[in-house]
Amino acid sequence: MDVSIRKVRKEFDRFPALRDVSLDIRSGELIALLGPSGSGKTTLLRLIAGLERPTAGAIYFGDEDASHKTVQERNVGFVFQHYALFRHMTVADNIGFGLKVRPGATRPTKTEIGRRASELLDLVQLSGLEKRYPAQLSGGQRQRVALARALAIEPKVLLLDEPFGALDAQVRRELRRWLREIHDATGHTTVFVTHDQEEALELADRVVVMSQGQIEQIGTADDIYDTPNSPFVYGFIGESSSLPVRIGNGELWIADRTIGLPAPDVADGDATLFFRPQDVELLDGCGGCIAGTVAATRRVAGTRRVELEIGGERQRVEIELPVGHPASQQSRVAFRPRRYRVFPARAA
Amino acid sequence: MALEATSALPDRSASANLSGVRKGRYISATTESPATKAVLIGTALIFLLLFLVLPLAAVFVEALRKGAGEFLASFGDPDTQAAIRLTLLVAVIAVPLNMVFGIAAAWAIAKFEFKGKAFLTTLIDLPFSVSPVISGLVYVLLFGAGSVLGPWLKSHGIEILFAVPGIVLATIFVTFPFVARELIPLMQDQGTGDEEAALSLGASGWQAFWYVTLPNIKWGLLYGVLLCNARAMGEFGAVSVVSGHIRGFTNTMPLHVEILYNEYNFVAAFAVSTLLAGLALVTLVLKSFLEYRYGDEIAASKKH
Amino acid sequence: MSDAALARGWHFRRPSVIPGFGLTLGFTIAYLTLIILIPLSGVVWRTTGLGWTEFWAIATDERTVKSLQISFGASLIAALVNVVFGVVVAWVLVRYRFPGRRIVDAVVDLPFALPTAVAGIALAAIYAPNGWVGQLLAPLGIKVAFTPLGIVVALIFIGLPFVVRTVQPVMEEIDREVEEVAATLGASRLQTVTRVVMPGLAPAVLTGFALAFARAVGEYGSVIFIAGNIPYVSEIAPLLIIIRLEEFNYAGATAIAAIMLAISFLMLFVINLVQAWSRRRYGYGT
Repeated sequence: MDVSIRKVRKEFDRFPALRDVSLDIRSGELIALLGPSGSGKTTLLRLIAGLERPTAGAIYFGDEDASHKTVQERNVGFVFQHYALFRHMTVADNIGFGLKVRPGATRPTKTEIGRRASELLDLVQLSGLEKRYPAQLSGGQRQRVALARALAIEPKVLLLDEPFGALDAQVRRELRRWLREIHDATGHTTVFVTHDQEEALELADRVVVMSQGQIEQIGTADDIYDTPNSPFVYGFIGESSSLPVRIGNGELWIADRTIGLPAPDVADGDATLFFRPQDVELLDGCGGCIAGTVAATRRVAGTRRVELEIGGERQRVEIELPVGHPASQQSRVAFRPRRYRVFPARAA
Repeated sequence: MALEATSALPDRSASANLSGVRKGRYISATTESPATKAVLIGTALIFLLLFLVLPLAAVFVEALRKGAGEFLASFGDPDTQAAIRLTLLVAVIAVPLNMVFGIAAAWAIAKFEFKGKAFLTTLIDLPFSVSPVISGLVYVLLFGAGSVLGPWLKSHGIEILFAVPGIVLATIFVTFPFVARELIPLMQDQGTGDEEAALSLGASGWQAFWYVTLPNIKWGLLYGVLLCNARAMGEFGAVSVVSGHIRGFTNTMPLHVEILYNEYNFVAAFAVSTLLAGLALVTLVLKSFLEYRYGDEIAASKKH
Repeated sequence: MSDAALARGWHFRRPSVIPGFGLTLGFTIAYLTLIILIPLSGVVWRTTGLGWTEFWAIATDERTVKSLQISFGASLIAALVNVVFGVVVAWVLVRYRFPGRRIVDAVVDLPFALPTAVAGIALAAIYAPNGWVGQLLAPLGIKVAFTPLGIVVALIFIGLPFVVRTVQPVMEEIDREVEEVAATLGASRLQTVTRVVMPGLAPAVLTGFALAFARAVGEYGSVIFIAGNIPYVSEIAPLLIIIRLEEFNYAGATAIAAIMLAISFLMLFVINLVQAWSRRRYGYGT
């Protein structure tokens, strides 16, 4: 089911949580809403589910305007961070709940519901746990049950709110892979909310980066990581270093020196240079490069991070070197970013 | 593939569509319709009005039925004044005793781990599950004519039953758990970290209690004392059994209300009741204030 | 307990640097024993002194049986009424915001604070045939005061806060997400409340019921003014104990008290079992 969000606005007591957000989700897609807390990602998810009502704008399921449909009518599967399982029901009853509450005419028989619950338990790899109560399950198992319960109603859209947020790192990685498999097997249009960029980039077909109630960028993991389109995305996704620069004659300047990087599309004036610490080439001499004194070095996993002080202002940037690289022993290092972006100072 | 089976299931959204899209009317998923809300609020208010508010109002209306003059005259009766004095005396003895007990019990139970703790807690709650009449009866059996202790004490000139000591004992019995029950969960929540820190800084046990524990529990303690006092002054059944109803000597205010009522002196009965109802109102106001203002510093449990 | 602790054998208490254990526990146990345990054991001691035949004669005496039936029957009805309305009151207080809510919340505690004798005469005044409510009911042929119905009314008054105050905190803890999930799964609001919310409250409601019931069975002060106290009709068991005492029939009083105590304790025991079971199974209780 395609889901189309058209100029949706949501205010809580006149505080805007979402500002005219538009987003088209294609049928069968796995989409991540990624952003810091307060970015409006959960609000957007709840609006799609019908748990909140938009202040303005419309949400379409396929060709149908779903904006005025109640939650019950929307037929969405929703999975919460803290599972929200029904504690007094067995695992099988939890999964069968959505079928059991259907009106008489469309309600499957008891045996049919039981059979469905078992099938779904197989799918989420929890066969044989039908009779258990939620209190007797681990966190990861509970989240699997919550997903099975959401899938039981054959939802048009599957919505997950920080689905792995309450789990420890090990289980989280496992479930992430497993969710991808389930998605590929069932083909549900799926939207999940996360503040964990690794999770979003690894799992989603497309990532929607949100900040302050607006969408900053929509794209694949490669798009988002390699060509961030705003200072926010640069800072939020992956590691980045930034340096205040000046644009003149289509070139970048630090103080009174050019650093050998062209910036043809940016207007003259103050700007900020963004690059990834690992995306740099080291240079020996310095005619057209960035040079700084080494302020500190740290060992980070398989690489070494070098913190440099640049220029008279002593601006600090980080670059990454291979562990054995001789440059980390020097007192002065010169480099030039291989890939970079420049944003006018106002935007930064 | 497991999920293929579902296509056979009827689609719920199809049936939902029959009801039509209700434009402009949107009810949150976790609340009821305004009509349902109104009915529920109305039901609750009418029920509370009939069973709780009307009786309270009736006390004051009945007391003033024959005018303020007769209402005030009721308090001129020396027996009434004696009853008021006795009630205050009983509370002044019973409440501090139970307060000291409550603090000691909470200290032992909340600050230490020992065998039989749960059992001890159950025993402390015991008076709550005993009928007030039985609470009085136990002292009649202990000190009455048929017992060993009663006649012996009597021969030494000590009267327990049908005298003030019996009334005090019965009152202590029924108000026994109030302070302890409030403090135990509160002090358990607070743990032992603060006291251990104080001790490590060189405080003595008493200093740790006085400067660290007591400030932490003061509002909870006040809360417990408040409830304990309300019950102590208002206790009827237990006191009735041991008092002997001697006017001017062993009559507390609640017992005096009964005597006046049975003598068809309704105005006086309700007049004395207004004092007790006033006490109840003050208790409720203070209790609500403590819950509102110091909610975190009194035990989470509101049960009694 | 760690293996090391086990190896050192049985310990009465876990070591602690905090002083005052002996003093406070000693005082607690001494005070408890003197004030509660010794007097209470007197009832047991006197009962065993009665001999089985005498005890059985008192226990099966028609007036005893009737009074127990009235006490437990009226308490049961009152506790059931309180469960229904107590849950409604708690729901309204927890879920809805309306003017005066804080006052209504405080009023619920009135029965805890108002002396029972005062409540008794006030209820009698209201529900008497010429009282505020009584005169409305009289034309309908309903008599409340001085009938068994009056007992139920007094016991409703006494028991209500037990239900509300037990259910209310649990209701406040209900996870809204659970209700939202039920809605996304297609459950109507009524289905969500009856199938998801209420079953979750069941242990608290059961506890509230038990507390209200136990309190009602032993209640004396508020009942005797409104009950009429007619033997075999509206005479409650606690009143019969007092009547026996006034006749200096200590054996009679003790036997009735022993029966009441036994039934009350049995009930509390059963409730504790149910709660322990609920905690083990569902991971929650009250």
